[in-house]
Amino acid sequence: MKELMLTNQAIARGAYEAGVRVLSAYPGTPSTEIAENFAKLDGVYAEWAPNEKVAVEVAIGASVAGARAMACMKHVGLNVAADPLFTVAYTGVGGGLVIVVADDPGMHSSQNEQDSRYYARSAHVPMLEPSDANEAKEFVKIAYELSEKFDTPVLIRETTRVAHSHGFVDLQDRAEVELKKYEKAPQKYVMMPANAIKRHVVVEERDNALSAYVNDMAINREELTDKNEVGIVCSGAVYQYVKEALPNANVFKIGTAYPLPMSALKAFSTKVKEVIVIEELEPYIEDAMKAAGIACHGKDLFSLQGEISVLKIMEKFGGASAPEAEKVPARPPVMCAGCPHRGVFYVLNKLKLTVNGDIGCYTLGAVPPLSAVDTCVCMGASVGMAHGFKKATDGASNNVAVIGDSTFLHSGVTGLINAVYNESGITLIILDNSTTGMTGHQQHPATGKNLMGAPAPVVLLDELCKACGVKDLQIVDAYDVKAVEKAVKAATASKEVSVIIAQRPCALLDKSSKPKMQVQNCRNCGVCMRLGCPAISVGENGVKIDASQCTGCEVCANVCPFGALSLVKEG
Amino acid sequence: MMNVLIAGVGGQGTLLASRVLGKYAMLCGKDCKLSEIHGMSQRGGSVVTHVRIGEKIHSPVIWEGGADVVIAFEALEAARTAHYLKPEGILLVNDEEILPMPCITGAAEYPKNVKERLSLRVKHTHFIKAQEAAVEAGSGKATNIVMLGALCKLFAFDKDVMKRAVEACVPAKFLQLNLAAFELGYERV
Repeated sequence: MKELMLTNQAIARGAYEAGVRVLSAYPGTPSTEIAENFAKLDGVYAEWAPNEKVAVEVAIGASVAGARAMACMKHVGLNVAADPLFTVAYTGVGGGLVIVVADDPGMHSSQNEQDSRYYARSAHVPMLEPSDANEAKEFVKIAYELSEKFDTPVLIRETTRVAHSHGFVDLQDRAEVELKKYEKAPQKYVMMPANAIKRHVVVEERDNALSAYVNDMAINREELTDKNEVGIVCSGAVYQYVKEALPNANVFKIGTAYPLPMSALKAFSTKVKEVIVIEELEPYIEDAMKAAGIACHGKDLFSLQGEISVLKIMEKFGGASAPEAEKVPARPPVMCAGCPHRGVFYVLNKLKLTVNGDIGCYTLGAVPPLSAVDTCVCMGASVGMAHGFKKATDGASNNVAVIGDSTFLHSGVTGLINAVYNESGITLIILDNSTTGMTGHQQHPATGKNLMGAPAPVVLLDELCKACGVKDLQIVDAYDVKAVEKAVKAATASKEVSVIIAQRPCALLDKSSKPKMQVQNCRNCGVCMRLGCPAISVGENGVKIDASQCTGCEVCANVCPFGALSLVKEG
Repeated sequence: MMNVLIAGVGGQGTLLASRVLGKYAMLCGKDCKLSEIHGMSQRGGSVVTHVRIGEKIHSPVIWEGGADVVIAFEALEAARTAHYLKPEGILLVNDEEILPMPCITGAAEYPKNVKERLSLRVKHTHFIKAQEAAVEAGSGKATNIVMLGALCKLFAFDKDVMKRAVEACVPAKFLQLNLAAFELGYERV
């Protein structure tokens, strides 16, 4: 049977067909749909972990206990999970263990463009790289075979254009994979120096064995056409672009990003006129080939920034040039109408505070006209950076940290513990919208539901903060701009660590019809325009409300100095 | 081989439109790949989805100068993506203007003559009041299906198969509304 599937769904399907029992993940574009789709399948367990490190540890535990297991994350999530990754490379596995990582060349929804292939090389963990949905499903199954054959975790790397494309996938049945019996083996699973020293030897032997083995794997293959022409070396999405742009080219398609099939590549290089490596991001393949003595071109022809495209390849080979695009105003993403973050950023901007921001929809608080956010580095960084600001200025800095509920639980809470312990007196605002917003509304430990859709125990954010030692804690309605302002003023005046929890569910969660705002006697003073609400625009006789977008949150009415905005009375 | 680029504003239903076309390809026994972007850009920003239908499809992404048709759910987004068209490509535009934030705040101006410029640039440009038609059919949210009705007419797609594809992709309780929207798009282009 064939089905048109998102690659992430195909990876979930591959895990299902491979008999995976346990999947743990933290949402992150472009990886989120793997866990969401796996959770819908019968007879499996899937969960959202609070962060990627926990997700990988859960998967390791399930593997050592004897099950086939999977953890999924975006590229920056693998940084968080790097600690267990480097050591599970030493312990090896019980049941097969696969970690899926989704890179984002072009940064469609990310803060950097890191190339996760280096993790595979650095941790000595094999990495497979599929190029479309059907391959992704098959590669997952190959990954579990490799994992158990070579006693190693296996990474699968995808990029945005692979993860978020659909293609036809051949469906097969789920393999019945027995839970292996757990046997105590401290020399394998207790990585203290005496054991780890011995395991490092095993890792190197395994690496050598894999380096030889991959040369004969069918997922590393030559497609030879004309020996007098150039040969292209590529993998992943780029393979598909090459086939499109240069249908008659000699191609070496790499399926194992680590170890690279170096003997096979060497053989390919002797069969073609010259070798050109086309790869997104870093010269990972190119450098390795040059180190192995294979002459090739690569980043002298293609940028290491952004995505490769069919057109970029055609341009290099003289087949086409880019038509000129119209110059039109940008349409950047904005906070939705009714977004509960809007009023908070309005207040922070008004009070001229320095804002240490974090990762989520609320990073959009950096965009005009709110222009409130000063910094954004990584998940949880707002809290630690706010603390650093205070320490650098001897407490004089006029800054606050702003973080979402899901991000706070991911890695903000450790920063808060540090701020209490090391007494910086920061103000932390938790924007609690009861969901993981940017990635499309995933549950987390404070929402009361789990990934399987069942009710779950709730981690109470206020109690958690108190348990961390926070004494000054306020809870406000995020729509009540005046209350938010009062709370922020009190918190920033306080010398001790203060936490404000600004509560309101994400406006997109409640789809019911609500009364809209109306405008009467507007003087066009422009104050509400500083909110950057997409439902408000300037008209000739005052502002206009777009009723199709307005959610009636009343934040605009709360900031209007003349009472010109009000809710339409019902009936 | 047919390459369809769908451009719109986050929240306008471009993803559903691409999935209907994917289903259409499947019902016709063709190969198909779709590409879309999730995440940050969906929050009211420009969104583009790619649909490629043919005997054997490699790249899921259409390149500049490679689209047979650009379906734009908004005029400015049509201007932003018109260069994706092949020289004889068709531009199908929902005749609606949605201000982007830089235009709302006054940092930029919405181009005044965007429709004229589009018609000058692309010989085969069709405007359709799809939002209006969708409201007529029962909901402005069916604008995407109106556009597919228009596409079906312009490219002489198999109408019955397209309707089956719509049926497969929309919730049953909104099926009649969407089929009405589809018919309006088919009639009015």
